[in-house]
Amino acid sequence: MSKLSLTVNDTPHDLEIPESRTLAQLLRYDLGLTGTKIGCEEAECGICTVLVDGVPVDSCIFPAFKAQGCSVTTIEGLAKGEELHPLQRNFIEHGAVQCGFCTPGLIMTSAALLEENLHPSEEDIKIALKDTFCRCTGYTSVMRAIKSAAQELRGQAPLPVNEPSVRERGKVIGHSVPPQEVREKVTGQAKYTDDYIFPGMLFGRTLRSPYPHAKILRIDTSRAKALSGVYAVLTYEDVPGENLHGLVYRDWPVLCHDVVRYVGDAVAIVAAESEDIAAKALCLIDVEYAPLPVVADPVYAHSPEAPILHPNHPTGNLLKHIKVRHGDIDRGFTEADVIIEREYRTPIIEHAFLEPECSIGVPAGVADHEKLTVYVGSQIPYQDRNQIALAMGLPEEQVRVIGTLIGGGFGGKEDIAGQIHAAMLAAVTGHPVKMLYTRQESLIFHPKRHATIIRIKTGAKKDGRLTAVQATLYGDGGAYASLSDKVMTRATTHATGPYDVPNAKIDCYAMYTNNVPSGAFRGFGVTQSAFAVEQNMDLVAEALGIDPIALRLINAQKVGVTTATGQVLRDSVGLIETIDKVRADMQNFQWGWREGHKAYGWGFACAYKNTGLGGGAPDKAEAEIEAFEDGTIEVRIAAADMGQGIAHVVAQCAAEELSLPYNRVKVLLCDTDRTPNGGPTTGSRQTYISGNASRMAAGVLREALAQSAAELLDVPPEQIRFEEGLMRYNGHTVEFGDVVGWMKRNNLTPRSRYEYWAPKTQPLGTGGDMHIAFSYATQAALVEVDLETGEVHVLKVLSATDIGRAINPLMLQGQIEGGIVMAMGNALTEAFISENGVPWTTLLSRYKMPSIKHTPEIVSHLVEHPTADGPYGAKGVGEIPSINTMPAIANAIYHATGVRVFTVPVDQDSLLRAIKSGQPELHTAWQDVR
Amino acid sequence: MKLWERYHTPTTVDEAVALLQQYAGTARIIAGGTDLLVEMREGHHDPFPALIDITSIPSLRTIQIEKDTVYIGAGVAHTPIVKNPVLVERATCLVESCGVIGGPQVRNVGTLGGNVAHALPAGDGTTSLVALDAEVEIFKNGKRRWVNILEMFTGPGQSLLDSTRDVLLQFRFRLSGKNEATAFKRIMRPQGVALPILGCAVWVRLDESREYFDMVRVCIAPIAPTPTRISELEEVLKGQPANEVSIQKAVDTGLKVVHPRTSKYRATAEYRQEMMELLLRRTLPLAIERARTGKAIPEGVGLK
Repeated sequence: MSKLSLTVNDTPHDLEIPESRTLAQLLRYDLGLTGTKIGCEEAECGICTVLVDGVPVDSCIFPAFKAQGCSVTTIEGLAKGEELHPLQRNFIEHGAVQCGFCTPGLIMTSAALLEENLHPSEEDIKIALKDTFCRCTGYTSVMRAIKSAAQELRGQAPLPVNEPSVRERGKVIGHSVPPQEVREKVTGQAKYTDDYIFPGMLFGRTLRSPYPHAKILRIDTSRAKALSGVYAVLTYEDVPGENLHGLVYRDWPVLCHDVVRYVGDAVAIVAAESEDIAAKALCLIDVEYAPLPVVADPVYAHSPEAPILHPNHPTGNLLKHIKVRHGDIDRGFTEADVIIEREYRTPIIEHAFLEPECSIGVPAGVADHEKLTVYVGSQIPYQDRNQIALAMGLPEEQVRVIGTLIGGGFGGKEDIAGQIHAAMLAAVTGHPVKMLYTRQESLIFHPKRHATIIRIKTGAKKDGRLTAVQATLYGDGGAYASLSDKVMTRATTHATGPYDVPNAKIDCYAMYTNNVPSGAFRGFGVTQSAFAVEQNMDLVAEALGIDPIALRLINAQKVGVTTATGQVLRDSVGLIETIDKVRADMQNFQWGWREGHKAYGWGFACAYKNTGLGGGAPDKAEAEIEAFEDGTIEVRIAAADMGQGIAHVVAQCAAEELSLPYNRVKVLLCDTDRTPNGGPTTGSRQTYISGNASRMAAGVLREALAQSAAELLDVPPEQIRFEEGLMRYNGHTVEFGDVVGWMKRNNLTPRSRYEYWAPKTQPLGTGGDMHIAFSYATQAALVEVDLETGEVHVLKVLSATDIGRAINPLMLQGQIEGGIVMAMGNALTEAFISENGVPWTTLLSRYKMPSIKHTPEIVSHLVEHPTADGPYGAKGVGEIPSINTMPAIANAIYHATGVRVFTVPVDQDSLLRAIKSGQPELHTAWQDVR
Repeated sequence: MKLWERYHTPTTVDEAVALLQQYAGTARIIAGGTDLLVEMREGHHDPFPALIDITSIPSLRTIQIEKDTVYIGAGVAHTPIVKNPVLVERATCLVESCGVIGGPQVRNVGTLGGNVAHALPAGDGTTSLVALDAEVEIFKNGKRRWVNILEMFTGPGQSLLDSTRDVLLQFRFRLSGKNEATAFKRIMRPQGVALPILGCAVWVRLDESREYFDMVRVCIAPIAPTPTRISELEEVLKGQPANEVSIQKAVDTGLKVVHPRTSKYRATAEYRQEMMELLLRRTLPLAIERARTGKAIPEGVGLK
């Protein structure tokens, strides 16, 4: 311990702390200023940015004692009392806050910029924020917020909010109300799992396999157990219940027993009084392995010589063969005048949510917890509870899962991470245990986007009508099933693209390998198949001499079309309008042209994506709403908000039904003891399913309130009107809260509950409605290719997205902009690399995601073709923006250069050589440079 | 997880040296730490007993100009170099290379001294220091001495310095004068580790007529295990007209004598060859232009 004197947010501190502290640790642990977040500890992501003597630094690698005598400013020091800093206010106004985890870093970096420069150009902003990452927003709203704040600081009016237009607004629906807890997020008060501290809390760590495939011969924990400060070292022998978890197939060991199947598989867990002791204890666990042959790719996995990874799985390494059969494929190709067949490949993609996984287990009877409780930012709290209970050998009712704020998810926080381990360690030690993953651990451990190999054959007549699509897909599911079955099913069923295809034969092989598991990731397999489908469409157009947009219009799905899975589309097919909207924005364009050593090209691509689980899975959500005498209500539902904004959607739905001002609605999410089950946040389902649950629960409450108001006013209940937090009848008015008070005095409970069941769907292969609705989108990308270096830049993306009905236009736009920039990463920057099962991507510094400097100009239109059963006609938006960006960019590169890329991320090195040598097809990507 | 135990902030070089001796090879010198700490985190080894931070030593934190020579302390971060008006004009390549390292947060803390001590074969700051023919003052074996920047590197990631015993103190080089100018450019890729595919710094001096090369220094990296100048290319340009034809000769020579290798997930040898040509075609004319006009506006700072 040594003395450190510094000033933090204008308050002087004299601290006695270990010299080993980083500045981020000092702020978070010693001063409790948890607004500063830790994202990578590699000086890569920038979200830990604070100002030291006014200068932005990465506090995660800044030694605390470097700040001796300095003045430090954190996000907590930016507001003046209750009055927010203009940056904080403008981040809220312009919709620049989603999950909020990176928000403090973005705001602090921006604050430093504005201290120096009150007239920042777009380039100045890009330079200043180049290394401060946000995975949610796509940065467009961030840039606007900064410019607007600069105007205010110059004494000018703020910029108007760039809100997309909507067809029709309700009282609350269709308005861009701010998301819930947004003030907490911009001030650093918002609490994510790692921000919770409990008395006597221990720190957990996980020992992971260094081998992609090996037999465990021996595990000896005695040396680790003997280390002072270690409270528990647990292995498979200590799992009280079933030593398996999994969302679809229960094939994933809680702790490995005889075999490890990927680098990152958990072998032992430790709880100790400090993170350092826990880390040291891991080094003292002796595990003897016998390496086994590695199955490193899905095609080899399917071959007879490949070792079988899950002997109990009835079809060996073939996790599932997924089939779509529609019409007569042979006739379809016989009728075709042109047939295009190509093979496409996509790599494993990492979610890179900025908050690494964290779970805290609190044992029953400790710190006001009646039962074993796990705090976690999870996308599926009720299934976490189920999986924890099974592994703990407890009835579900004896486990409570409390959902904390989630610092991004994108599908990557659906599977179990540390939830079970934290529960086990808490139960054994009798102490709360925090299991926080490092970024590097998160990278190797959690399920990713599937790498795919897609061979696709498209047939069309001279007039452009598609006659047939045949495809074979291989999906690398990795070591455990996770959501591979469902994800690859979506890739398969969507492999015709959003078109009227009379004949289809699609086979998908979801394979077990020794790579990192793959599972849910925004786009859910459709992102991969669209890369193939939409490029084949352009190839067909070229072969037929038809304009690519015209070809899409000829074949676009519309109401009445039957999909390849046998579903007749009855409503809400806005594809053609999305095409028209984007085409209208492209007036007077050329597909490709050259200026000096730069080549420019436009690319066009369409997409569709189901809303909801579909495929026969019961899809439901239950919401509870309670009204209070102060005229407010609370909506309770376990529907995870990872930044996409389901909290404000359920609030808006309830407010609309009850004619309440939005600011009178509070939302409680994700507490399995206090909120009914809203189901998983996956498959773009929450707006539709939980939105409906909230709307209908509000309807039930409204009836009860109307009944009571009617008695109060002595009029028939059906004549009571709800307006602006009041109930009215013929000039008589009663306050919402007064009716609630009256109900309570008369022993009536002002609370409602509604379990909403989505329309029934059919399993694949049985025909009928496989899904409750589809969202549609069109995007056009303009790229610039440097003909001297091969570098590719996306300059502009035009988009139109049919989301049924806009509940919150600004937040919808945020989903679209964020989805587009995320998908640009798939096209241009991202690949998770494994070499014979051993990850090379072990550091965030080896995984580049798009930063603000990559952000193109984005134009986003909303198209509203309502779907009958959606809330006010709404359907999902979470995934659809991330589907067609990648093929739009690929098509644009072709138009610019004459080279078509069949794999990603685009490698400037081989692209340049292809351009120079006139080679029209490029089948290698960055990861092939070796 | 903690990476070090004790953290010392000496305020004189003597104090820093005394601390190193006291720890007898178990303590390490740290400047900004933006490379070192990340590397230590990757290493998964036991915490260092002590780090000795040289950035609190006032004499190592200054940029001093004496006549035509500049002295840059080892504790000077990249940002003050990028913002220094004299360096902008008269050591433009250094500003251009320091301006593209990391993002602002890293440039505010990471130092040029650390960049060199780290001995990356393609450290951007190093590439420019080589073109500037800089000298480095080091403390080694109990005494201070000046060495040429090229002598600093003994192998990939290895410098003359043992950072548990020696200290890098400062750099000095002659600022560009009349008819002289510099330029730096690099080629990156948007994937993987943020190291240049190829970086190129040139220093040129034109003759009095400003029509002929008087002298040229060129550093392209990485093309060898340690930073190096391309003397054959420099020789070819000496006395030649400062025009397209001579640049073509330089390119031809470069292609003949330089054989970059393929590095995994970075670039193929063929691509590097092409980029070498491109970088020469982009930097040499820029430097000529700057030398002729006597004006230099750094390009690409903050973004490339």
